[in-house]
Amino acid sequence: MTHRSPIRKTPKCYSGGNFIRSESARVYPIRHDNLAVHIPQCSRKDVRNAVEAAAKSASTWQNRSGYNRGQILYRLAEMLEARHAELREAVAWGAGRRDVSPDTEVSASIDMIVHFAGWCDKFEQCLGSVNPVASSHFCFTVNEPLGVCAVIAPESRPLIGLLGLILPLITGGNPVVALASGKRPYPAILLGEMLATSDLPGGVVNLLTGFHKDLLPTLASHGTIRGLLASVSTDEAREIQLAAAESVKRVHFIPEEETASPSPAQALRLISQFLELKTVWHPLGA
Amino acid sequence: MKNRASPRKSAPRSAATPRKPSPRELIFGGLWDYDPAPETADPRIDSRYGLFIGGRFVPPRHNKYFASISPGSERQLSEVAEAGSEDVDAAYRAARRALAGEWGRMAAAERGKVLFRIARLLQDRSREFAVAESLDGGKPIRESRDFDVPLAAAHFFYHAGWADKLDLLAPGCAARPCGVVGQVIPWNFPLLMLAWKLAPALAAGNTVVLKPAETTPLTALKFCSILQEAELPPGVVNMVTGAGATGATVVAHPLASKIAFTGSTGVGKAILRQLAGSGKKLTLELGGKAANIVFEDAPMDQAVEGIINGIFFNQGHVCCAGSRLLVQESIAPEMILRLKRRISTLRVGDPLDKNTDIGAINSKAQLAKIRRLVAAGVAEGAKLHQPSCRLPQRGFYFPPTLFSGVEQSHRIAREEIFGPVLSVLTFRTPEEAIEKANNTTYGLSAGVWTQKGSRILLMASRLKAGVVWANTYNKFDPSAPFGGYKESGFGREGGRQGLLEYCHLQPMP
Repeated sequence: MTHRSPIRKTPKCYSGGNFIRSESARVYPIRHDNLAVHIPQCSRKDVRNAVEAAAKSASTWQNRSGYNRGQILYRLAEMLEARHAELREAVAWGAGRRDVSPDTEVSASIDMIVHFAGWCDKFEQCLGSVNPVASSHFCFTVNEPLGVCAVIAPESRPLIGLLGLILPLITGGNPVVALASGKRPYPAILLGEMLATSDLPGGVVNLLTGFHKDLLPTLASHGTIRGLLASVSTDEAREIQLAAAESVKRVHFIPEEETASPSPAQALRLISQFLELKTVWHPLGA
Repeated sequence: MKNRASPRKSAPRSAATPRKPSPRELIFGGLWDYDPAPETADPRIDSRYGLFIGGRFVPPRHNKYFASISPGSERQLSEVAEAGSEDVDAAYRAARRALAGEWGRMAAAERGKVLFRIARLLQDRSREFAVAESLDGGKPIRESRDFDVPLAAAHFFYHAGWADKLDLLAPGCAARPCGVVGQVIPWNFPLLMLAWKLAPALAAGNTVVLKPAETTPLTALKFCSILQEAELPPGVVNMVTGAGATGATVVAHPLASKIAFTGSTGVGKAILRQLAGSGKKLTLELGGKAANIVFEDAPMDQAVEGIINGIFFNQGHVCCAGSRLLVQESIAPEMILRLKRRISTLRVGDPLDKNTDIGAINSKAQLAKIRRLVAAGVAEGAKLHQPSCRLPQRGFYFPPTLFSGVEQSHRIAREEIFGPVLSVLTFRTPEEAIEKANNTTYGLSAGVWTQKGSRILLMASRLKAGVVWANTYNKFDPSAPFGGYKESGFGREGGRQGLLEYCHLQPMP
């Protein structure tokens, strides 16, 4: 039998609904089976492009019904389940933690997507209210997405850590620009392919790879980004908060070990941190 | 939502032919003067106030005091202590002791009863507090009597009942106090902002160090006597008076687990930088530049009253003031005519007079700021309208002001004026109204006036503002969350959602 050379995949980021290499043309190598894989080293310009794509998708995603968003997230779970083995291998490769098996990690990721899929048309009834005001008015409070949000994923737990930060944000209707683990970006590359086939509109989730220290200041200070969820060191947290002050961004941090499989109460709390409350008044009368 | 839209279709009115004032209209103008109708209740203001720390008034460590004057007359009302960093530290230590002491151990229902008692005491002494508020801040007695004080009492009454129900606030979470809370409040609603801050903080079991604004500290200091009468344990609420430096010390103190601030966006951003990396919880209620949007089918008389209330309430010293009026082009000439006529009937003068509509500007500095921005409006080409009205000789006053022909790029359409100045802009389509209304870095509030129910709901959902008033304006309630989008801050005050900001949530197993 003649030798056949396998086709290797060029890793690409998923941004604006397209598979892209960094506009900087820079890459950084990670090793797999003695082969170098060249991961896009995204630049500040890539972040700005992703934010633009996210902003364009904001009204589309916000105006989808909760029911529809839930079905799209469920579809994402279907896409991951079908490629369980491939994801397992990618998570195992350079795994940050030895105490969790890649198999468990992928299964838990998929189950977490299903959990959030179920939240899409329910959080409003847990978080909103009709307000019993003392005057002759009908007054209610509803939740609305913040708008474009940024995610900075933890360096370890490259799949479930990343998804654990993205899911509460998109569940609430926010488009996301996410920065994957810099050291273990490969599961994010695969995740992009699954997002692309999940009926999620292009631009709602934008996954960038690269070095955190290069991109963190841009993500923190960009005026269009209204919220930021990150799993970072305390020094980085301080740097982010300083840079985010000028745009009065909603910034929240989450310890790496809490990024995976939140309890229903924790999940609801996370979703609510990236929603705005709007109170509407109208007089009663004929 | 109830919506009984009238089947009558309103025909669009032509822009070219504004409605002439009816010949039968009675315009009294300056024909008659109103007799003075001053409110005479004794405000019971002491000649000097110390700092309220550990349940009693103490002199400041460096023995420094500053004058608190009445902006209505420029007369000195009292002398107030200036808290230095040692004083602020003493206040925080007292608050921490109280948290570990009687207050922390008190049963939740008992804690609620103390708050109920505070609400009742404030209602009992409401007239006294209303007069003190108008004297110290300059707002008309009609507003302090009918709005500020009753609503402040309502906030304590509402939150009192939450004290023993905290675990029902967030599904699956036990709610614990944050700890010691530092609070810095503004000068526009001194007692009401105190109530918005203290009531939820105490209901959730926190202890507090609060700094009132330097121009309006008196009702907060008077309020300490209510806390004593209500037998709130010593140290649960501590008040430190002073200016910006004292506020910065309150915000920076290491014993604070949470900071709540209401004030300007500039200071809010400085606090964000100051607290970066500290891990402290923070809520900010900052500035606004609200759009009040009037469609051609709006109920005109009600809209005019709503617009007037929206901008001239409390001299325009309201973060959610409807300072940008967006009128549909077809009715703009008529609306401007009606507004000019209505403005000419507003009475500016003695805050303590029950007939006064617009009282005194809170401070000399604020008056200068309003004058600067109004001058900028004229210089940039907007058309100024002011009624001829006599202003008192002494005190800080500014006539109700309307600008027409304002463009979005004008400073008076972009910057928060915080005074009785209305900028009128026009639009043609709902999309244009939304675009213009959202074209600001702020996002606190907005108003919509139209008879069409579906349009109200569309506008309400697309306006980027934390509060939307439809066919009404400037309505507040302890049960209704209030707070902003974007650079108007984050966190809410009021309702279940506002109370959560004062709780540390622990997911239950």
